Amino acid sequence: MNEIRISDPAEQSIRRRGAATYPQECCGALLGRATDSGKVVTEVISIENARTESRENRFLIEDADYMRAEKEADRRGLALLGFYHSHPDHPAAPSRYDLEHAFPWFSYVIVAVRQGVPEAMTCWVLTEERDRFVEEPIARESRAPRAGGDPDRASEAMEGA
Amino acid sequence: MAVKVLIPTPLRSYVGNVSSVEVQGGTVGEAMNDLLKRHDGIRKHLFDAQGQLRSFVNLYVNDEDIRHLSRMQTALKDTDTITIIPSVAGGRGSASGGVGLSNAEIRRYSRHLIMPEVGLRGQQRLKSAKVLCVGTGGLGSPLAMYLAAAGIGTLGLVDFDVVDESNLQRQIIHGTSDVGKRKVLSAKETIRDINPEVNVIVHETRLSSENALEILRNYEIVADGTDNFPTRYLVNDACVLTGKPNVYGSIFRFEGQASVFCDPKGPCYRCLYPEPPPPGLVPSCAEGGVLGILPGIIGLVQATEVVKLALGIGETLVGRLMLYDALSMRFREMRIRKNPECPVCGENPTIKTLIDYDQFCGIPDLEAQQRVEAEFEIEPKELARKLAAGEDVFILDVRNPDEYAISRIENSELIPLPTLLEGMNRLDSAREMVVHCHTGIRSAQAVNFLRGIGFTRVKNLRGGIDAWSREVDPAVPRY
Repeated sequence: MNEIRISDPAEQSIRRRGAATYPQECCGALLGRATDSGKVVTEVISIENARTESRENRFLIEDADYMRAEKEADRRGLALLGFYHSHPDHPAAPSRYDLEHAFPWFSYVIVAVRQGVPEAMTCWVLTEERDRFVEEPIARESRAPRAGGDPDRASEAMEGA
Repeated sequence: MAVKVLIPTPLRSYVGNVSSVEVQGGTVGEAMNDLLKRHDGIRKHLFDAQGQLRSFVNLYVNDEDIRHLSRMQTALKDTDTITIIPSVAGGRGSASGGVGLSNAEIRRYSRHLIMPEVGLRGQQRLKSAKVLCVGTGGLGSPLAMYLAAAGIGTLGLVDFDVVDESNLQRQIIHGTSDVGKRKVLSAKETIRDINPEVNVIVHETRLSSENALEILRNYEIVADGTDNFPTRYLVNDACVLTGKPNVYGSIFRFEGQASVFCDPKGPCYRCLYPEPPPPGLVPSCAEGGVLGILPGIIGLVQATEVVKLALGIGETLVGRLMLYDALSMRFREMRIRKNPECPVCGENPTIKTLIDYDQFCGIPDLEAQQRVEAEFEIEPKELARKLAAGEDVFILDVRNPDEYAISRIENSELIPLPTLLEGMNRLDSAREMVVHCHTGIRSAQAVNFLRGIGFTRVKNLRGGIDAWSREVDPAVPRY
C-alpha cells in the first residue's frame, strides 16, 4: 500500500474543523494529486453536513456538493482524492456504516475528536472486494506522532466488515 | 440510442482510466446494463447483490436526478449524458447499524426488508418520504394508518373537523371515545400507537387557496381524501403548480374511483373533469350515504400508490382511472389522457395561481338556493306549540323513504324532494304547511320552490328533524 501524504495546512484544517463541529461530525473533500508513489493532499474543502438529524454520528455529502468538489478540483488543476470526516468521542477507525457507503480508490480520512479535542487521524481505502477497509498510512515529517487510535477497538470495528 | 456516461474519479480505473464511456440504450436501465457488459469490474461498486442500484449511488440524466424522473425506466435520447454520483456518507456506528434504521426499526419492518423490491434501501426511502393526507375521514383513515404502519417517515394530516358519531361507521382511525375530539389529534394518537417512529405533523385547518401552497411545500406526495368538489379542484391545482403527485380517491354509496394525477406524464383531475358538476347534482356522502367498508378499499388503493411512488417501484395509476363497484365486486379501469388544452396542466395554461374554488364550483349559488328568509322559517319549539294547541298544520317530509323509515314526526306526510312535482296534488295551498328534511337544507329548496309557485302559508322547519329530536322530542332517533 502506498502512503498518502497530507500537507500540514490541510491536516490542521481537518483537525480544526473536527473541533469546531464537535459534538457533531464534520466532513469535507480532499484535493491534490495522484502520483505513482501515492496520493498527495494539498488542499481540503469543508462541506456542510447535509444530515438534518443524527449529526453526532452520521454525515452526508449531497450530490450537488460532490459535483461542486469535483468542479472545484478541476478548476484548481487538482484531482478529487477522497473525503474526510470526524468521529466525535469514537476511535479513528471506519465503521460498518462507513464501509457500506464507500467507493474504491477514494481515500477516507477519519479524525477522532475526544471531548472537543482532535486526536488520532487515520486514512482508509476500500478493498476491491468491498469487504473491508485497509489502512493507507499517512506519511508525515517526524514532527507528529504516528496515530492509529486504540488498536483493539479498531480491529473490533473491522470485524463488522 | 448512444449516450455518454460520466465516470467519477474513483471508478475510472475500471473503464480504462477515462472520464466518460459511450454506451447504447433506450432507457437508463439499458444503458447501465450496456456499461456493465463492457466493464464488469464496475458492477459491484454500483449495484448490490440483488442487482439494485446501491443506496449511495445516484444517477443523473443531464442535470436531473433519475429518482425525480422514471428511475431506471427513464427514457434516453441521443446526446443525453448520464452522470454517476457517489453520495458520500459515513459516520461511526455499531456494526449492526444498517442504513439509517435502528435495530427496533429493523425488527418492525422485517417483512419489508426481506423483499428485494423494498429491502433496507426501500425502507429508508419510505422513512425519508413526506406524505400529506388531505382529510382524516373515510379515505384518510385507512390511508394514514397503513402509511404509518408501513414506515412513511413524515405524515401530514389536514382536517378542521371534530369526530362525530356518524363518522365511526367508516372512519376507523377514530374510536368511540374520540367523539367530540378534533380529528387531527384523534388521528395523531392512533398513529402514535401504531408506529411511534412516524413524525406526524397536524394542520388543523381547512385547506384553502390561501394556505394550500404553503402547506404542500413541505411534502413530496399528496393523497387526496376529501369529499367535496372545491377542495378536490384545489388539491389538484396546487399539486400541478407545485409539481407533486396527487393520489386521488373518491367514494359514493357503493362505488369508488382512484387514480394518480399531476404526474408530468399523465393527466390531472381537470384533464378528466374540466368543470365541476352543477351544484347540488352530485350528493355528498352525508346526503347520499356510503357503504362503510368502501373507503377502506379505495383508501388502501391510494395508500398502495403512495408507497409505490415513494419506493419508485411498480406501475402506478398514472394515466388510468380505476373504478370499483362493491355491489358487483368488480374493478374496471379506463385509460385517461393528458388534455393539451387543460387550463392548469396543458400546453398553454390559463390558471397559474390558485383561484376561488367555491365560486368555481357554484357553491354561492347553491347556498342561495338553500337559504330561506327568516320569516319563512319556523322553530321546532314553535311547531310543537302549534300542534299541542290543536292548530291545523300539515307537515311535509321531503326526505327519502329510507330516512322516513328511521325516524319521523307524527302525522307527517312523505313526498321525497325529487318527486315533489308529481306529488303536488296531495298539497293544499290553503292549509298552513311546515316542510322538513334531515337538517333543513333540502326542505329549504322545497319551500323556495313552493313559494315560487304560489304557496304562501308554507314554512321551513329550522334544523330539520335533527333539531326536532334535540329540542322537542328525544324519542325521535337522530342519525
